[in-house]
Amino acid sequence: MKHTISVVVEDKPGVLARVSAMFSNRGFNIHSLAVGPTHIEGRSRITLVCDAPELEQLQKQLHKLVNVIKVHEFDSSTAVVSEVMLARVACDPGSRGAANDTGALFGARVVDLSEDSITFEVAGDPDLLQAFIDHMTPFGIVDLVKSGRIAMKKQSNMRPAAVSGMSR
Amino acid sequence: MSNQNFTGSKSLLRSLEHEGVEVIFGVPGGAILPAYDPLLDSPIRHVLARHEQGAGHMAEGYAMATGRVGVTWATSGPGATNLITPLQNAMMDSTPLVAITGQVASTAIGSDAFQEAYTTGLAMHCTKHAYLVKDADDIPDIVHEAFHLAATGRPGPVLIDIPKDVLNQETSWRKPTLAGLPGYRPTYEGHPKQIKAAFEMIEAAERPVLYVGGGVIAAGASEELLKFAEQMNIPVTTTLMARGAFPDNHPLALGMPGMHGVYAATTAIQRCDTLIAVGARFDDRVTGKVSAFAPEAKIVHVDVDPAEIGKIHKPDVPVVGDAKAVLESLNERARKLRSEKAAPERRYWFGLIGGWKKNKPLHYDQLEEGPVKVQHFIERLHALTKGNAIVTAGVGQHQMWASQFWGFSRPRSWINSGGLGTMGFALPAAVGAKAAHPDETVIALDGDGCFQMTCQEMITAAVEDIPVKIVVFNNGGFGMVKQWQNLFYGGRLSASEMPIEVPDYPALAEAMGCVGLRVTHPSDVDVAIEKALSIDDRPVLIEVVVDPEEMCFPMVPAGGSNDDVITGPEDLP
Repeated sequence: MKHTISVVVEDKPGVLARVSAMFSNRGFNIHSLAVGPTHIEGRSRITLVCDAPELEQLQKQLHKLVNVIKVHEFDSSTAVVSEVMLARVACDPGSRGAANDTGALFGARVVDLSEDSITFEVAGDPDLLQAFIDHMTPFGIVDLVKSGRIAMKKQSNMRPAAVSGMSR
Repeated sequence: MSNQNFTGSKSLLRSLEHEGVEVIFGVPGGAILPAYDPLLDSPIRHVLARHEQGAGHMAEGYAMATGRVGVTWATSGPGATNLITPLQNAMMDSTPLVAITGQVASTAIGSDAFQEAYTTGLAMHCTKHAYLVKDADDIPDIVHEAFHLAATGRPGPVLIDIPKDVLNQETSWRKPTLAGLPGYRPTYEGHPKQIKAAFEMIEAAERPVLYVGGGVIAAGASEELLKFAEQMNIPVTTTLMARGAFPDNHPLALGMPGMHGVYAATTAIQRCDTLIAVGARFDDRVTGKVSAFAPEAKIVHVDVDPAEIGKIHKPDVPVVGDAKAVLESLNERARKLRSEKAAPERRYWFGLIGGWKKNKPLHYDQLEEGPVKVQHFIERLHALTKGNAIVTAGVGQHQMWASQFWGFSRPRSWINSGGLGTMGFALPAAVGAKAAHPDETVIALDGDGCFQMTCQEMITAAVEDIPVKIVVFNNGGFGMVKQWQNLFYGGRLSASEMPIEVPDYPALAEAMGCVGLRVTHPSDVDVAIEKALSIDDRPVLIEVVVDPEEMCFPMVPAGGSNDDVITGPEDLP
């Protein structure tokens, strides 16, 4: 089962290596990983999506790392989950309009354009990104990169769909 | 304080003195050289080992004999890589250790410089934490943190890697703080709700048994354990790492459970209705096949490391806390209860246990004409020292026999490599223990296979005036490997035999500055032991030529159920 976990760490050399090494050491798979500073000086947040049969042991092992300050699992119903993706879609001038229209439906931004391709930046929850991929596949996806999932606990009861509708 | 010549090296020594370090076990080399100079002016003793692995195990022996943090240091590259085995050993057995390594200059890191290794990376999996010091001004805080991490919570090894230029850097020393550990908060006191639940479960038990691990020794909780066992009238099993945590001559003592455990101890766990694990981690050598382990038992699991709880076996009542603190809380409840009603007699339960003890005792046959059996030698050694010694062991048959046949009476008198199973541990660990307790008799019990891995540390013992006793049980090979090949590989002995005559152990001992004795016949045993015990100015080695065919029993084959104990050769098909 896939879990999204936030790990707040001290921003010290080797922390990311320790965290990721612990996963391989204990036989857990990491699907995605996003790291960046928080608003607090000296603290970074690592957001991981991983495969684990049960999370308790993994969380405890994370807590054993001296530089780990806080570990939290996100539940999709109580968290805002987001990811940024760049996707290069094959299209000639004839199909470009259709690809662009499809992208617009997902709120995707065109960030690069060439004779035979168009590159979109699209951000949102993982289901949105997957739907984008599904709809673009018929055109031919040439290249694709994802930032890794990030998440934040919600303070309201709004459904993610409602919120993303609001933002567009 | 700041002066022109005050360097990172001096700050390091000052910091170690501040932590109360009395001895460092080490080997010099290029990158650690700056630290060796102020060492000449420091009250800290340096024991010069003949290999960094030996230095590391010495520091472990010191730590295990005292409960204090052991300190080892070495140079960069090979010095550091040679320390990896002791670090992992200390990690597995929760031994408080601080290892300091020199590193190539900061400017050369990452350039594949001479004697460069990525030490903090190598140590990542085998330490509680590893530091790379980038600024000499950080040395006081880092050293202080390292000692704190090593000794608190679940103890373990911590590494500090210091580049040579940082050791030479001009700096100043100030009183350190622990401000830098925002995420490290070990839990000592058990949660009152969990303690209450645990106590109620234990009080309601009809066939309880205590499963005591090394955490009880680490926590210094032997007295609390004794009180608890007596107040509740509960039999006690002590794992390999906990031998000595509970006196073996106590009526409630069952001895060691598990793969080579005493039948009554292993079986009491199998048949108990409530298993109380304290500072134990459900190691595979104890549990055998986990799904068949203690099948009738409700489980209380007390451990200072929350990650141990539920890792192997999900307990009914988990208690995160230090063994001493939790046993104290349980004792308080027991005391109140006992003022109202007496402890249960458990006649049925003790009847069963008594039957197992009587019908399936540890046994061996020592024929008068020989060959000498290891078990017999250990029993004689125990008798002639009155058990008044610190005993270390290597890994294998002799280790199991030592654990089985040495009657332990106090904690920290048994020092062995339990989790990692590091051959070659016995001698350097004995040197470390003896350095800590010069007035005690310290005996390394070793096999010939193990001994050959670190035997050069006899030189350290001789030259550094650390007169340990060394017993090498020579069965001409790797006894436990041979036993497995005999039992599970159709007797096809592959690379497990070595010539019993080479090396000439007493001659080797003499060459390395020790006294060398040899025992080949049962009638020599007492004479040799008495002679060894009478020599106090030099290390003494006794080679005991033993039965190469003897197998270690009881035995539960690896992965098998603890219900299927082979108690002796008579049980073999």
